[in-house]
Amino acid sequence: MTAAVPPTAPEPPPRKLYRSAEGRLLGGVARGLAGHLGLPVAWVRIVFIALFMAEGFGALVYALFWFIVPLGVGGVETTAGRPLTAVGPDGRRRILARRPERGQIIALVALLVGTGIFVQGFQLGRANTYIWPLLLIGAGVALFWRQADNARRAQWVELSRSKRVLPLARGATGVVLVAAGVSGIVVLQGSAKHLGAVLQAALAVLVGIALLVGPYVVRMTQDLSEERLMRIRAQERAEVAAHVHDSVLHTLTLIQRSAEDPREVARLARAQERELRAWLYRPEGTGKDEAEEPDTLAEAVKKTAAEVEDHHGVPIEVVVVGDCPLDEKLGAQIQAAREAMVNAAKYGGDGGAVQVFAEVEGATVFISVRDRGPGFDVDAVPEDRMGVRESIIGRMQRNGGTARLRSAPDGGTEVELEMERAATT
Amino acid sequence: MTDATGGTNATGGPGAQGVPGAAPGPAGARGSGGSGASGADGAETERRVRVVLVDDHRMFRTGVQAEIGETARTGVEVVGEAADVDQAVTVITATRPEVVLLDVHLPGGGGVEVLRRSASLMADQDRPVRFLALSVSDAAEDVIGVIRGGARGYVTKTITGTDLVDAIFRVSEGDAVFSPRLAGFVLDAFASTDAPPVDEDLDRLTQREREVLRLIARGYAYKEIAKQLFISVKTVESHVSAVLRKLQLSNRHELTRWATARRLV
Repeated sequence: MTAAVPPTAPEPPPRKLYRSAEGRLLGGVARGLAGHLGLPVAWVRIVFIALFMAEGFGALVYALFWFIVPLGVGGVETTAGRPLTAVGPDGRRRILARRPERGQIIALVALLVGTGIFVQGFQLGRANTYIWPLLLIGAGVALFWRQADNARRAQWVELSRSKRVLPLARGATGVVLVAAGVSGIVVLQGSAKHLGAVLQAALAVLVGIALLVGPYVVRMTQDLSEERLMRIRAQERAEVAAHVHDSVLHTLTLIQRSAEDPREVARLARAQERELRAWLYRPEGTGKDEAEEPDTLAEAVKKTAAEVEDHHGVPIEVVVVGDCPLDEKLGAQIQAAREAMVNAAKYGGDGGAVQVFAEVEGATVFISVRDRGPGFDVDAVPEDRMGVRESIIGRMQRNGGTARLRSAPDGGTEVELEMERAATT
Repeated sequence: MTDATGGTNATGGPGAQGVPGAAPGPAGARGSGGSGASGADGAETERRVRVVLVDDHRMFRTGVQAEIGETARTGVEVVGEAADVDQAVTVITATRPEVVLLDVHLPGGGGVEVLRRSASLMADQDRPVRFLALSVSDAAEDVIGVIRGGARGYVTKTITGTDLVDAIFRVSEGDAVFSPRLAGFVLDAFASTDAPPVDEDLDRLTQREREVLRLIARGYAYKEIAKQLFISVKTVESHVSAVLRKLQLSNRHELTRWATARRLV
């Protein structure tokens, strides 16, 4: 997982010693040290090799560093001058996976030659027989640890799934090398006769350990990944909370400023309430902003109601049952509903909240808008006033739906819009 | 309910002052369905309903208190208040009110927990304690959750004082109170799905029940529904109560899903 890094470069943190995950040969110790000390990598490597010649002291130091110093993103710039990170399409930084360069191969060869010279330098007779097994063990351990580092690096670098085999193979090779080295020592110490028994015993011990520790390790890995998931969620929640808190503070400021205008205050409060609800109760918590174009009926109805509410300062309660994708006919129905809501807010808004109900049942979409205002007689509306007749009734009829206006039983007006939707589900 | 002014004494009783704007609405506002006492004018208000307020926001309790607590006018007597689950259980057990106004979100386990621990009081034969859930939440699982937990109704906190008094009386008489939003959720939950009903009686709404719910969702008061469908208010109430029962007992998978989300099953 990559942590989101803001595009603006932050203050450089105090330099900590990391093993470099980039452009390294073995454990990235030299590169990390070089970065920490501000020296060229080659110098550090030369020093290590020199120490290595001195009775293998360098190897010890290097191994210590490798075990203790955490792997990190640090050290010096890669030789190719490529940036260590690239900003991905989602605006997050990713560390670029690298290809081994020629310089590295040369360096590795140099290291091997150095090792050869070092081994030749040993004039210890019998001890000489230990050298090769020890080297084998060293190589195995190095390989294995290198692999462990890679596993950690995979947290930053998105490795493709197809490369899953390679790390396993490398880890296994390391283990085999170590085993071979150990067996070598055993063989050299004792005799080859006992090898079979020793190997069996060793295998039994290994299997035993695997059985004991295996489940524990598996559980720990699961716990870790779960914990990571929780952390991501918590981070998301924190971001949402921050956003909401900001906008609530804005609204409160605005409310204080327009305290003498009750309509505006009510409007601001309602708008903020809507936003808060959208954040809190929207399924999956991923909020679409009101600004975005809705693509389902429920969203469209809610958005329309929100706009009318904002514009006229009359609360509109929306209840939606069922949902379906929008099509052209439903778009017309939403437009008609908008007109009805505007009328309800304008002429019936004093009677309390306007109640909007939308229901999708099979192929039929029904929307009702009711207010508790004084009501009005549709036949008494003068001919030249085209509002209701055209924008509501006419629009519905042209699109193959029906619209009914009537006085609600206990005062107020109700507009009922019905439409067959084209799409089938 | 948002215009609560502070400063009223929170102990209730006849001394509590009303809040401007909390006066009974004009005729034509959502009145009571005619059964029992109406909250208006106090003319026929011989009945007293003893109420406990459970809400963790003191300001809100004060506001409700100011709007409904004037016993002489509304017939509602606030006998206790609580701010969390433990307090609520203690106060309810001690005062044995007829109706508890219960906030859905409470420290200590939420309204559902209060309902769970008051089960024996709810089931009491002679003087059952009845719960009316009150919330700012719109989340389906919250709403369905408290109803399945045993509440007799659900209203949002934006309800006017008059309507709230009306709802309290309704609940005290054993009827159910549905807000438009709750009606919408129920219609959604019982919408026709491919899943075969587990229990034919509980998992389906009748045509009539559906019509009643639809009208509630459209903002109709019981009285208006009765007019619209040419039935009596009593019949409307019995339909709503039947729906409530189904809601509490049905094992429809949508309901179960909501319920398990709140760990109620």
